[in-house]
Amino acid sequence: MDLSLLNQTLRDERQVKAEIEKIRRRLTRSWVLMEICGGQTHAIMQSGLDQLLPPEIELVHGPGCPVCVTPLELIDKALAIAARPAVIFCSFGDMLRVPGSNQDLFSLRAGGADVRVVYSPLDAVKIAQQNPERQVVFFAIGFETTAPPNAMSVLQAKALGLKNYSVLVSQVLVPPAMHAILSSPHNRVQGFLLAGHVCTVMGYQDYLPIADQYRVPMAVTGFEPLDLVRGIYSVVKMLEQNEVRVENAYARVVKPEGNLAAQAIIQKVFQPVDRNWRGIGRIPLSGWGLRPEFSEFDAELRFDVGNIQTSESPLCIAGQILQGLKKPFDCPAFADPCTPQNPLGAPMVSAEGACSAYYRFARSSASMKG
Amino acid sequence: MCLGIPGKIVELYQQAGLRMAKIDFGGVLREACVETLPEAKVGDYAIIHAGFALNLLDEQEALETLQLLRDAGVLDEELNPSSPT
Ligand code: SF4
Repeated sequence: MDLSLLNQTLRDERQVKAEIEKIRRRLTRSWVLMEICGGQTHAIMQSGLDQLLPPEIELVHGPGCPVCVTPLELIDKALAIAARPAVIFCSFGDMLRVPGSNQDLFSLRAGGADVRVVYSPLDAVKIAQQNPERQVVFFAIGFETTAPPNAMSVLQAKALGLKNYSVLVSQVLVPPAMHAILSSPHNRVQGFLLAGHVCTVMGYQDYLPIADQYRVPMAVTGFEPLDLVRGIYSVVKMLEQNEVRVENAYARVVKPEGNLAAQAIIQKVFQPVDRNWRGIGRIPLSGWGLRPEFSEFDAELRFDVGNIQTSESPLCIAGQILQGLKKPFDCPAFADPCTPQNPLGAPMVSAEGACSAYYRFARSSASMKG
Repeated sequence: MCLGIPGKIVELYQQAGLRMAKIDFGGVLREACVETLPEAKVGDYAIIHAGFALNLLDEQEALETLQLLRDAGVLDEELNPSSPT
C-alpha cells in the first residue's frame, strides 16, 4: 500500500483551522478543559494546537500517563524483584527510566539484572515458556487500554500451566480519577476530553453519571489534531449552551458500549480494588487487581520483598501537574535539573508525561506560560 | 502507551488456543491477538495496542492515521519498542 498517495483529509490544516474558527465563533467567555490522556497532551503540544486555539480556551493536562501514576512503592517492589538473579523482569519500554526511590529499572539492568522490554504481555508469556528454570515477571501497568492484554497474559499462563509467570499489577481506571479531580476544592476543570482508546475498550456510559453529578460536559476524543479540535468544539458548544452531555467526537472508532469481548476478558481476571496513584494518593476502587482465583500469578504474593521505604524527590510537583492544578513550567526543577535524561519525576520520562511533552515541544517558555 | 496503531489483518490463525493475526502496518508485519475481535476477517483494519486488537476501523481512516503516525515519527517507536539509551 502506498501511503504517500493518500488523500489526507484528517491532516488537512485548513480543516483544523476551520474547526478552530467554529470554536472561536462560539466563545463568549473563557473555559478550562482537561484532556485526560497523556497521548493527547503530546499530540496537542506537538501539533502546536495549544498556540492555535483561542486564548479563551485553557487546556490543562490530566493524569492519563500510566507510568506517571504507577505508585512509587510498586516501582521499588519491581526493582527489588528484578534484582533477583533467578528473575527475568519484563516491562513496557517507557517504564525503564521512571525513577524509583533510589534507582530505575534501566540502571538496574546496566548493573546486570535481566530486565527486558516487551511489546506485548504475551511476549512475556513466551519468554516464560522458553525459560522454565527462571521466574518471569511482567509489570502489568496501565489504564483500561492495557487491561485486556495484561489479563489475557494471565489467562494464557494458566491455560499453559506455567508456574514461572506472574504479574506485578498496577492497573488504574479513568472514571474514579475524574471523581477525585472534580471533587477537589481546587478543581478548575469545566469540561473534559475523554480518552479515545480507553473508551474504545470500555465505552462511555460510565461517564454519564459523572457528567450529571458535577455538571461537566465531556466529549470522547481521538488523537489527531482534527479529532482534538472536534472534541474541543463539542465541549465548548455544550458549555456555551449550558448543556451537560457526553458526546462522541470519535465515533469512527468508539462505540457507546465499547468492546464487549475485551471487557469480558478483563472481567474474568480482574476485580475492582483501591489503588494508590503516584503523587495523588489513594483513590477508592480506582483500579483493578487479580481475582482470588488467579492469586498464584500475583508477583506481590510470590515474591516477599520485605518492607519498602519510599522516598520521592522533594522538588517534584508531579502530583499537582497530574491533577491539572499546575503546569510543568510551574515546577522550579523543570529543565534544570529535571530533563528526560535526568528525570526527577515520571512525567518527564514517559512519552505521555506532560513534563516531557513541554520539554520536547516547548517553542518558547514565555509563550507557553500563563 | 494508549496510542494504538492501525494495521491490516492479512492472516488469521489459532496459536496456543488464542485467536491470533498477522498484521501489516504499512509494510511492517507483526503478530497480534484478536480475541477481542470475534468478528474480524482477513482484509479488515484494526487498531492494535500492546499486541492486542482494540477495535475495527475502516480502511481510509486506518491509512490516514498510519501516515500521520509515520510523519510524527511515532510508528517506529511503537512497533520496535527498544530500551531507552
Ligand atoms: S519537571 Fe520534573 S521535577 Fe518538575 S514536576 Fe515534572 S517530572 Fe517532576
